[in-house]
Amino acid sequence: MIEIERITKTYGDVHAVDAVTMTAQTGTITVIVGTSGSGKTTLLRMINRLEEPTSGEVRIKGQSTLATEPHLLRRRIGYAIQGHGLFPHYTVARNIGAVPELLNWPKAKIRARVDELLNLFSMDPAEFRHRYPAELSGGQQQRVGVARALASRPDLMLMDEPFGALDPIIRARAQDDLRRIHKALGSTIMLVTHDMEEAIRLGDRVAVMDEGKLIQHGTPAEIIAQPANGFVADMVGDVERPLRLLSLIPLSDLVEDGAAPGDALPAEASLRDALAACLWTGRNAVPVEHDGAVVGRVTFDAIRARAQIHP
Amino acid sequence: MSIAANRIVAGEGVMAWHLAAPSAVLPGIAAVVAGLLLGLPRAWPRLRFAGSALGLGGLLWLLMRGAPALLDGAGDYARVSPAIGFWCLLLVLMLLMADALVQMTPGPLARGALLAAVLGALALILGSGALSQLSVLQEFASRKAAFADATLRHLGLAFGSLAVAAAFGFPLGIACHRRARLRGATLPALSLLQTIPSLAMFGLMIPLLGWVGDSVPGAQAIGIAGIGFAPAFLALVLYSLLPVVSNTVAGLAAAPPEALEAARGMGMTPRQRLIRVEFPLGLPVILTGLRIVLVQNIGLAVIAGLIGGGGYGTFVFQGLNQTATDLILLGALPTVALALASAIVMDILVDLAGPAQRKSA
Amino acid sequence: MSIGTILRPGLTLLLLALVLKPAWFAPVFAPLAPQGAPVIYERASLLSLSLSHLGLVAAATAAATLVSVTLAILVTRQAGAAFRPLSRTIANMGQTFPPVAVLALAVPALGFGAGPTLVALFLYGLLPIFENTVTALLTLPPATMEAARGIGLNRWQRLVRVELPLALPVMLTGIRLSAVIALGTATIGSTVAARTLGEVIIAGLLTNNTAYVLQGGLIVGLFAVLIYDALVQLEAYLARRTRG
Repeated sequence: MIEIERITKTYGDVHAVDAVTMTAQTGTITVIVGTSGSGKTTLLRMINRLEEPTSGEVRIKGQSTLATEPHLLRRRIGYAIQGHGLFPHYTVARNIGAVPELLNWPKAKIRARVDELLNLFSMDPAEFRHRYPAELSGGQQQRVGVARALASRPDLMLMDEPFGALDPIIRARAQDDLRRIHKALGSTIMLVTHDMEEAIRLGDRVAVMDEGKLIQHGTPAEIIAQPANGFVADMVGDVERPLRLLSLIPLSDLVEDGAAPGDALPAEASLRDALAACLWTGRNAVPVEHDGAVVGRVTFDAIRARAQIHP
Repeated sequence: MSIAANRIVAGEGVMAWHLAAPSAVLPGIAAVVAGLLLGLPRAWPRLRFAGSALGLGGLLWLLMRGAPALLDGAGDYARVSPAIGFWCLLLVLMLLMADALVQMTPGPLARGALLAAVLGALALILGSGALSQLSVLQEFASRKAAFADATLRHLGLAFGSLAVAAAFGFPLGIACHRRARLRGATLPALSLLQTIPSLAMFGLMIPLLGWVGDSVPGAQAIGIAGIGFAPAFLALVLYSLLPVVSNTVAGLAAAPPEALEAARGMGMTPRQRLIRVEFPLGLPVILTGLRIVLVQNIGLAVIAGLIGGGGYGTFVFQGLNQTATDLILLGALPTVALALASAIVMDILVDLAGPAQRKSA
Repeated sequence: MSIGTILRPGLTLLLLALVLKPAWFAPVFAPLAPQGAPVIYERASLLSLSLSHLGLVAAATAAATLVSVTLAILVTRQAGAAFRPLSRTIANMGQTFPPVAVLALAVPALGFGAGPTLVALFLYGLLPIFENTVTALLTLPPATMEAARGIGLNRWQRLVRVELPLALPVMLTGIRLSAVIALGTATIGSTVAARTLGEVIIAGLLTNNTAYVLQGGLIVGLFAVLIYDALVQLEAYLARRTRG
């Protein structure tokens, strides 16, 4: 569990981060979202003490981060940044093994861990181990950057706009990868982004920051359905709010008995997908299937009713 | 092309084709002409390279055949030396060779081997005595001991001052890298130092070190005096500081900011960042600084000859005083050769230092 | 900057005094001169030596600027692009030649006097200016060049109105390097009987008269530092202007 308590950072008279308090449960992804200058990156960098807080403290598993020397603290916390920050003169293997090397792991253990991580990110160790970062594509570089942050099995992983430099298609794939790996490893992740879409896609919890203050902290559905103020509503985007909300709800929530024409959608698909199918093909309902068998239908009216619940 | 039979005062030009019997001269002229022709087409660098090598061989042949033929019966004090046409051709052929090499872009190891081969061939030709009739080499023969001494002195001046400048310059460069205020004060001061003309700098060292030698007890015993090796050495060290410091600063600053941020974020101490990230990434730039220093010091060490510091400059300035061209050449040619060879070796080192960066380029 | 505003006029005054009224400094240099030897250099007026020295440097630098800027413009045009690698090779190799060696090697070809000095200064001065001008012309902001074409400037207008003004600060850096090297090499030029301030230093070295050495060294050093500084200021001013 990560507990952030009344943490504050001031530069002169400016409160970059103003008394932020929040808690992240072990094994969850918390996404901190805000515009540039909102203090989100400063907040993240105070957790591994790349910035020293002016006041307040952070506790990881109950222990204050102030109790450890900063560089030793950082070796326990994974850190991935925008533009990957790989060392251009190290091979992929040495880049990934950098933190274990600092921690004096035996060579064989580092090697095994590097191969394990490369496999996890669908990169063939034999092919990629000895390459230099300049010989990788942007998406591969970014994956190696995340693999490096995970290498020493850190208690906590901090990610600062990790996908910011990727183009939209590779970006979506990298987000899927992250969710898959998070499920496989169960690590605790705090991620900073300016993109609400990304926050809603990735976060178990979303924290919205503006002018150094924590405006709202909740599940993606809460953020969309009950934005705390106009700023959060703007971030979510008023026009797209119903669609964003629908995209969070699986068909299994609204499935009812009955038949419907046309191709079936899987039960894990979102209401947004079903709405699109209705509009596109002019149907009033779509069949829902689970494990290949049709289990019922979702109607256009039910979707509309669900989207209206939150005025 | 002409070759002048030369005593100290003046010589008269002799055209290449009048050097000796046609049978002896023709192959050489033919080789030079063929070499130049082969060197012309841009498309085949290998051919150009071969052409330039052939042309150089032809020049060599002419020298070897021409000199004895001219000297034959010209009296004991006659001197033979190549004239302006020879030097121009030599320069053109060497440029051709260099240009062809640039086009062929050989790897660092191939270039090293090539340099060794050229130097080896040069040593072999000079050692074999085939050219010993030439006046430059006759000057050399009469000054063998002095030449060896001058070589040692010259190398000592150039490399010694480099080592001392590096010993002071690296820590200073690292300190400047860390502290912007120190950098702002140090770099302009060093570049002003660099601006002072070499002769003035050497001259200013004389009263300074003379005073130190006279007033500090024991200083004279370790060779610190107004004239000779010490002021020349100190002047060279001062000149070397700017390239060493500024390239160290530039090299250390060359590490990408994201990589440094990541290094900090993963828990490297400042020292680990310096050794593992900044230094290896900056090494090519730092070595480039050393290359500049080395080439510059080999050249500047010539001026040490004026203040009794020894080195090849002794021959150059003796030669200038006596208007003895051959003596000037005896000093200037090895200096140029030394400077070129060091530049090539240092370039190879720079290339070897940056394999990762080269791939990214 | 504040140090500069005090030092600059101070050093200029010192230099003027050293050149115009050398006798003022007799008491300062006296302890350095050998017994009975003259303290102040009197074989030629320091003013005329300074003028001749600066004249050599100015002539060589001006000629080198003219020639190398022309060459640089030629090799950066499309038609001259084929010669660019060769010119780079020459420039690289040429810079390895020590200035003193160039000077010494010019003597056998040209004899003694101002001639070989001028030629050596000229030849050696070509390289930095050429290098910098080529670099400057090749690294102009592409967007600006596109815009220049877009508003309908022809090639000549682009060169004169856009490329050269934008390249000027970097070109000036090359000219500065060149002038500073020329100033130093000209000093050594007195060993081949050119009339420059080096004469004073050499005379001092030959007669063991440290007073001469210091006098000559100070004057040349001050000239170099002040000229260097003036050109740096000029570059900074121009760079500020082109950045708008």
